Amino acid sequence: MNGDIILEMKGITKEFPGVKALDNVTFQVKKGEIHALVGENGAGKSTLMKVLSGVYPYGTYNGDIIINGKVQTFKTIKDSEKARVAIIYQELALIKEMSICENIFLGNEKNKNGIINWDISFSETTKILKEVKMNANPSTKILNLGVGEQQLVEIAKAIAKNADILILDEPTAALTETEADNLLNILKELKAKGVTCIYISHRLKELFQIADRMTILRDGKTVCTEERKDLTEDKLIAKMVGRELTQIYPKKQRTAQEVVFEVKNWTVYDPSIDEKVNHNINFVAKKGEILGIAGLMGAGRTELAMSIFGVWGRITSGEIFLNGKKLKLKGAKDAISAGISLLSEDRKRYGLVLNQDIKSNISLSSLEKISKFYVINKNEEIKSSNEYSKSLKIKTPSIEQKVCNLSGGNQQKVVIAKWLMTKPKVLILDEPTRGIDVGAKFEIYNIMNELVDNGVCVIMISSDLPEILGMSDRILVMHEGVFNKELLREEATQEKIMYYATGGV
Amino acid sequence: MENEKENKFFSFIQKSIKENIRQSTMIIALLAIWLIFTFLTNFIFISPRNLSNLFLQSNTIAILACGMTLVLVAGHLDLSVGSVAGFIGAIAAVLQVKLNMPTIPTILLAMIVGGMVGVWHGYWVAHKQIPAFIVTLASMIAFRGAILGITGGQTIGPMKDSFKAIGQDYLPSFLYRITPKLDQFGNAIKDSYGDVVTGWVSIFGGKFYETNQPPFNDISLIFALIFIALFIFFQIKKRQSRIKYGFKVLPLNFEILKIVLLSVVIALFFSIMIFDKGIPYAILLVIGLTLLFSFISNNTPFGRHLYAIGGNAEAAKLSGINIKQRLMSLFVIMGVMTAIAGVVFTSRLNAATTSAGQNFELDAIAAAIIGGSTMGGVGTIFGSIIGALVMASLDNGMSLMNLDVTYQYIIKGLILLLAVWADIATRKKA
Repeated sequence: MNGDIILEMKGITKEFPGVKALDNVTFQVKKGEIHALVGENGAGKSTLMKVLSGVYPYGTYNGDIIINGKVQTFKTIKDSEKARVAIIYQELALIKEMSICENIFLGNEKNKNGIINWDISFSETTKILKEVKMNANPSTKILNLGVGEQQLVEIAKAIAKNADILILDEPTAALTETEADNLLNILKELKAKGVTCIYISHRLKELFQIADRMTILRDGKTVCTEERKDLTEDKLIAKMVGRELTQIYPKKQRTAQEVVFEVKNWTVYDPSIDEKVNHNINFVAKKGEILGIAGLMGAGRTELAMSIFGVWGRITSGEIFLNGKKLKLKGAKDAISAGISLLSEDRKRYGLVLNQDIKSNISLSSLEKISKFYVINKNEEIKSSNEYSKSLKIKTPSIEQKVCNLSGGNQQKVVIAKWLMTKPKVLILDEPTRGIDVGAKFEIYNIMNELVDNGVCVIMISSDLPEILGMSDRILVMHEGVFNKELLREEATQEKIMYYATGGV
Repeated sequence: MENEKENKFFSFIQKSIKENIRQSTMIIALLAIWLIFTFLTNFIFISPRNLSNLFLQSNTIAILACGMTLVLVAGHLDLSVGSVAGFIGAIAAVLQVKLNMPTIPTILLAMIVGGMVGVWHGYWVAHKQIPAFIVTLASMIAFRGAILGITGGQTIGPMKDSFKAIGQDYLPSFLYRITPKLDQFGNAIKDSYGDVVTGWVSIFGGKFYETNQPPFNDISLIFALIFIALFIFFQIKKRQSRIKYGFKVLPLNFEILKIVLLSVVIALFFSIMIFDKGIPYAILLVIGLTLLFSFISNNTPFGRHLYAIGGNAEAAKLSGINIKQRLMSLFVIMGVMTAIAGVVFTSRLNAATTSAGQNFELDAIAAAIIGGSTMGGVGTIFGSIIGALVMASLDNGMSLMNLDVTYQYIIKGLILLLAVWADIATRKKA
C-alpha cells in the first residue's frame, strides 16, 4: 500500500450554538486505503465529513484541510468536488422522478454550449454502471429502483465525478446482507483502482471486513487511529463508548405468559400495484415476551405492521384480537386507542415533525388524553414530556429543542417516548435501532426489556440478525409475504434464520 | 450590586427578544414604519383619529389572516377568500335590501353559506386529494362569476342600520356623548404632549376643558380596564399554575415588570380609540377572533394537529391524527371566517359591489407571510395580525402622502419580499 498521506484534517473545531460538535479533531488518510471513521451517533463523524465536503464552508470552522499537501478552502460542495472529493450521504440525495442517467450527471451535465449531449451521457452511464456491477437501463427512473440499487447509483455518480476521495456515510444501513456484500466488493475494486475511501458505518462486522485503518471519534474528539489488525470488535466498542460493554444485548430470563395479541388470516394488497404482499398470515404475541420478526428487505414485514396499524394497504381478509376481543380498526387513531402502537422504520419520514420541539413530538399522539373540553393542559404536557425525556435519557439541554437538532439515537428516543406516552398494550417496533450508535442501542434494548417486564407485548421487526437473536424470545421468519418458520430463541442461529428467510423449507 | 441587577435585567430582556426574535422584529418593523410615516405626513399619521382609522382598515384582512394562518400552517393555501367574501357580502345585501331580512338572521345565514363553501373545499382537498391551491383557484374564478349573477352587475345597498353598525359604529358612550372642546391650557398641553397624554391626565383630575367633561368614551374605557384586569389575572394564574407544577418561573420583580409593561402597551393601544370616538365594534370583533384563534392554535389538539400535518403529514397520519377530518374542519372554519370578513366589509361599505373582495386573498396571505407563516407547520396568529397592520399601515400612510397608486403597489410588493428575506436571514443566525 502506498504510504502517502492524501488527506489531512488538522485541529478541526466546529461549534453550533450551545454545542461543540468537533473539538480539535485530527484525521489523516493515506492514499488508496479504506479508512473507517467510527464513533457513536453524535460523536461528530457526519459533521467532520460535512466540513470536509464544503457543506460547512471555510471560515465557519477552525483548523486546516490539507489534500495532497495543499491547504483547501472549500466554500461550497462544488469546490470540494473540484478537489475530487465526493460524498454520499446517509440519506440518499437522488431525485426520484429523474432517470439514472440524469441523476448521475446532475450538476455536471455532459454539454456543449449549454446543450446536453444525451448520447454521450447514456453511453458513459452504461460504462459506469458496469463498474458498479449494475445491470439497469440508464433511463430507468430512480423510483423504480430498490434501496440497494439506489446506493449503487450514488456510487456511480461519485465515479462520474472522477473522485479521488470517496466518503460513504452509512451506505449499508438500509441494505440487505447480500446487497451490502455486493457494495463492499465494489468498494474493494475501487480501492484497487486507487480510489481512497472514507467509510462510516455502525455495522462493525463490515468495518473489519474492508477497512485498512480506523479512526475513532468520541464526543467530538479524536480518540485514536489504529490499524485494523490491532483492533478487535470489543476493543473498538470500548474505545467508542469509553467503557467496556460487557454485553451488547441485556437479555433477561423470562417466561412467556398468556396470548395477548392475535392476527388471523391476514391478507394485504399493495394498492398502488394491486399485488398481494401478505398472504393469509396467522400469528400470536404473548405477554412477557419479545417477538422478533426476521426476514429480508422487501419480504413484507413493514407492510404487515403498517396494515395492522391501519395506515397502509388494502386488506382483503383477516382479523385482529387483543386480549381475546376482536378489534375493528379503521386507522392509526383506532389502533392507538385500542392500545397498539407502531414505531415505524423511517423516523424522519413517518415518526417526527422535524421542525417542532421535543415536547410537541412526544405529546403528539396523546394530546386528547391530556386535554379537558378540547383544551390542552400545557403544564401536564411539559411535565409528562420531561418525565419521558429523562427516563429515556434523551440528551438535550431542554425539551424545547427542535428535534432536527438531535442526533439519530436521540431522535429515535423521542419517537419511542411518543409511543410510550400512549400507554400501549402492544408495541410494534420496526427497525428500532437502525442508524443508531452502540450506546443508544443498548439503552433502547434496556427500554424494551423494561416494557416487557411491565406487561407490554413487544413485537420487533429487525434486519439486524445479531439483534434479533440477542433480543427476541421467539422469532418468526418471513419470506415473500408469509411466515416461513417459527424459531425459539434456544434453537435460532444466524444461519438458520438466513436459510428460512431466503425460502428454505 | 446595582450594576449586577441591571445586567441581570438586560440579559432577561435580551433572552426574551431572542426567544421571540421573529415577533420582535415584526413589531420593531411596524413601529419603524409608523415612525417613518409620522415624519413624512407631518404627524397626521400618528393622530388617534388616523390610527383608529388604520385599525378599522386592517379589519377585514386581519379576520381573513386569522383563518389563513391556520390554512398555511397546515401546508395549504386558500385563494378563494376574496371572491367568497364578496359573494357572501352580495348574498347579505340581497337578503337585506331585496328580501328585507333582519340583521341577525342575515348574518347567521351568511355564516352558514361560508361554512358550506368550506365543506365544498374540504371535500375536494381532504377526500379527493386535490391540492387546495387548485380547488380554491377554481372557486376564486367561479365565485367571481356568482357575484355578478347575484348582484346582476349592480351595487346593492344601503344596508339596515343595525347591519351597518358592525363595520361603522363605536361602543356607545354612557355619560358623555360629545367630545368637549379643550381650553387654552388644554390646547397647550395637547400641542406639547399629544392627545393621549392630555386625555389620561384629564381622567386623573387634570382640568383642560371648557366644560367639566373629560374627552373620552367611558364604556370603551371601562372595557379597556376590564380587559387589562383580565390580562393581569390570567398572567398571575398562569404563574401560579407553573409554580404548582414545580416549573421555573421568572423572579417576581421581573414578572411584575413584564406584566406592567405589557399592560401599558395594551392601555396605549386602547387609549388611541378611547380618546377618539370609542372602540369600534369591528375592532372588538377582531380582538375576540385573534384571542380565540391564538387559543385554538396553541391550546387545542385541533390546532396542534394542524401544525403537525403541515410539518410532516405522514408522521401526523401515523401518530393517529385523522387528517381528512382535520382538513375538513379547517376549511369549514376558513369558510366561516371568510363569511365574517364579507359581512364586516359589506357593512363598512354599506353596500355590496361586484368588485368587493378583490385581492383580499393576496393581502391575507401576504399578512400571514409577513407575520412569519410558512406553508408548512410554522406561523402564529399574533404575527399575522401584526402583518395585517403592516399592510394596512402601508396603505394608509402612502394614501396620506398622496403617493401615486403605481408606487403603492410596487412598495407593498417589495416590502413582502423584504419581510421574507429578513425572516430567512434571522432564522439562519438564530
